[in-house]
Amino acid sequence: MVTTATPVQVVYKRPTSLSDIPTHYCPGCTHGIAHRLIAEVMDEMNIRDKTIGVAPVGCSVFAYNYFTCDFVEAAHGRAPAMATGIKRVLPDRVVFTYQGDGDMASIGMSEIIHAAGRGENLTVIFINNAIYGMTGGQMAPTTLPGQKTTSSPNGRDVETMGFPMKMAELLSQLDGAGYVVRRSLHDPKNIRMAKKAIRLAFETQVHGLGFSMVELLSTCNTNWGISVLESIQWLEDHMIPAYPIGDYKVSPAVANLKV
Amino acid sequence: MQTEIIIAGFGGQGALFAGQVLAYAAMDSGHQVTWIPSYGPEMRGGTANCTVIIADEEIGSPLVLNPKAAIVLNLPSLDKYEPLVVPGGVLVVNTSLVNRTAQRTDIENVFIPVNEIAEELGNRRLLNMVALGALLAKLPVLSLDEVEKGLVDHLPERHKRLLEVNKLALHRGAEYALQAVT
Amino acid sequence: MSKELLKGNIAMAEAAVRAGVEAYFGYPITPQTELLEWMSERLPALGRTFLQAESEVAAINMLYGAACTGARVMISSSSPGISLMMEGLSYIAGTEVPVVLIDVMRGGPGLGNIAPSQGDYNQIVHGGGHGDYHPIVLAPSSVQEAIDLTVLAFDLAEKYRSIVFVVADGNIGQMMEPAELPPMRPVRTEYPDWAVRGSMGQARHFLSSIYIEPKDEEVANYRMMQVWKRVQENEIRYQEYYLDDAEITVVGFGTAGRIALSAVRNARLQGVKAGLFRPISLNPFPIDELEKISQHTKKLLVVEMNTGQMLNDVQRAVKGKIPIDFYARLGGIVPFPDEILAEILRINQEEIPLEGDPRQRWMKRFAPVINWKN
Ligand SMILES: Cc1ncc(C[n+]2csc(CCOP(=O)(O)OP(=O)(O)O)c2C)c(N)n1
Ligand code: SF4
Ligand SMILES: [Mg+2]
Repeated sequence: MVTTATPVQVVYKRPTSLSDIPTHYCPGCTHGIAHRLIAEVMDEMNIRDKTIGVAPVGCSVFAYNYFTCDFVEAAHGRAPAMATGIKRVLPDRVVFTYQGDGDMASIGMSEIIHAAGRGENLTVIFINNAIYGMTGGQMAPTTLPGQKTTSSPNGRDVETMGFPMKMAELLSQLDGAGYVVRRSLHDPKNIRMAKKAIRLAFETQVHGLGFSMVELLSTCNTNWGISVLESIQWLEDHMIPAYPIGDYKVSPAVANLKV
Repeated sequence: MQTEIIIAGFGGQGALFAGQVLAYAAMDSGHQVTWIPSYGPEMRGGTANCTVIIADEEIGSPLVLNPKAAIVLNLPSLDKYEPLVVPGGVLVVNTSLVNRTAQRTDIENVFIPVNEIAEELGNRRLLNMVALGALLAKLPVLSLDEVEKGLVDHLPERHKRLLEVNKLALHRGAEYALQAVT
Repeated sequence: MSKELLKGNIAMAEAAVRAGVEAYFGYPITPQTELLEWMSERLPALGRTFLQAESEVAAINMLYGAACTGARVMISSSSPGISLMMEGLSYIAGTEVPVVLIDVMRGGPGLGNIAPSQGDYNQIVHGGGHGDYHPIVLAPSSVQEAIDLTVLAFDLAEKYRSIVFVVADGNIGQMMEPAELPPMRPVRTEYPDWAVRGSMGQARHFLSSIYIEPKDEEVANYRMMQVWKRVQENEIRYQEYYLDDAEITVVGFGTAGRIALSAVRNARLQGVKAGLFRPISLNPFPIDELEKISQHTKKLLVVEMNTGQMLNDVQRAVKGKIPIDFYARLGGIVPFPDEILAEILRINQEEIPLEGDPRQRWMKRFAPVINWKN
């Protein structure tokens, strides 16, 4: 048989910063997309071997298995404090935390506010899925009004359970914050925008321009109790109006960065 | 005297519920009983198993290494529990998902395609009751009547319309087990 | 009332509801979360207070505040969450207000895992928070006992103005057993006279754990010890099985205790005179009772799901009079009855030295079990 050689072009490749193993995430979960974006940015910036990740307690507790850079695992909510310890001792390394809404906006609220307030040169990737995924679907600080969870069985009643925490808005008020934005993972266009933001957040850190956070609107089809497709639609219909995508703080120095 | 039964399969196969039906029936028939699941983070696609112990005196350990019987609804569960059943015990194997025969000859093996039988009955999810019926045919720790009554009294309200077909599934499983050459 | 098939976590929650709990605070954590979820449904429906706090640190301080009003209050968590509550607990102890806590223990230290464990014994029984204080600690081994002890916990907390812990583990939390719930008690309408509820025309009250003058703090500490003495005299609880003629007595609490019961029965079937002593109050610990047992029985086997935290208390009771051996599974592994049976049979055959550390001997025997290579 005669074969003609066709020029081979690589259009898709696993980033070297991402481990070549299957994850434990539910099918359709956006945690996997977020992981990939971070890994692509690490590859592009060629920072994998000087990056240290801090994993949270939540569904992404095993994030350290999925990246090929160094990693530590924090107590629930304390990742920004642990990251601070690492960054202060090793200021020339790139340090990032990866945290869920329960982890960061509930039990870890104090640590995140103070890390941002100090202008700690860290990058925080914040996965807002409006629920406690790992423990089976309880109310998160980001759960929407009226949203049913296993600990708000009749829907979140803001009278007794309070209002959703808008973390990007909140942190953007702090002078230490260099770059604070919100993106979403529900469609390709938004995923591309999310990646750009993650890149800029890491650049902020590398240039010593202070605290950076990218909030990523995410899905948890399992605990929302709907299909994967429905969960994407639900994010678009309900989360985006409550949590508008946008740049909440871009310090002048960060705005001048050329990527 | 106590009887230990392990029911194991993939999440969603109804292993835990089958165990609960057994536990309810045992309780209503005046026995001591424990039901204990394996539990893990709320993730899809994992394995699920439970241990049910039925006894006539206060039950010590709710877990045993070597059960009197096991229902295995998938291959990993067969691999795990086949070696553990006590000699003379009963092993119910779901041949719809298991493509090997059992290796033990000192226990009573029941090979039964519970998925197909459940589908014949019009509802895939009945496979756990088919398997339970097969077990009870060979291990009469409770009568089918007692287990039926457990279903009647404890099937969640939203599933009550499935009561009759659940009963049918139990019987179909038992009949199959009694006819099958084991 | 008839028996229902109940899951441990839900049974404890409903028992508290029926015991008249007025306010519950908590934060999700496996393997305890069903308890919180049950409360989230039940308490608002009854017009009582349920609040999911932002953290265990906040939850324990919400509990502290609610307890100061004299309300019946409760919190539940699992090991890492309980660790976070230690500061608040110390304040509650120093303020002498009654609270009930349920700890559904899991494997540790650190994040560990969510499997059943008994690793919180020391942190709870022997303190954890700073300063001198003594919580009452009750350890159920079945769903029925978990219900009964939860109800008792509220009564003891109020009687002694004390912290009362019910310590279960993942096994008891997740297990279903037939059990009977108590009747619904009315929520109380009268409050203790120390409660801070607004002076409402009466004399004012205040509650605090601060005694800035050391001599006052000394007196407060002494007073708390007086209360503790009364607790020690009146609140020892335990259960004995086959001890009349036992030559080998197994000592274990909670899940480890009930697993040991199976092993003891099997040992008896093989002609070995074995018995079981199951402490129910871990604090106060049944010291005198164990000492008495050590006069009749020949050897002890302590079984735990930790590296021997209760063992130290048993040794304190037995005072070296008879030999003790130790067996444990760690990190969330639950022993099977067969393992404990093998230990009983071994002890029946072997001479056990009076001196030496039972823990060290166990470590040597245990190494092959986990394929440990030096
Ligand atoms: C001190 C402490 N409290 C509670 C827990 C239990 N816990 C584990 S993950 C989690 C919530 C995770 O939710 P989130 O941060 O939103 O992450 P997701 O799983 O949704 O990605 C909780 C409450 C814990 N591990 N430690
Ligand atoms: S439980 Fe939710 S957040 Fe966790 S892996 Fe599954 S879909 Fe993702
Ligand atoms: Mg979340």
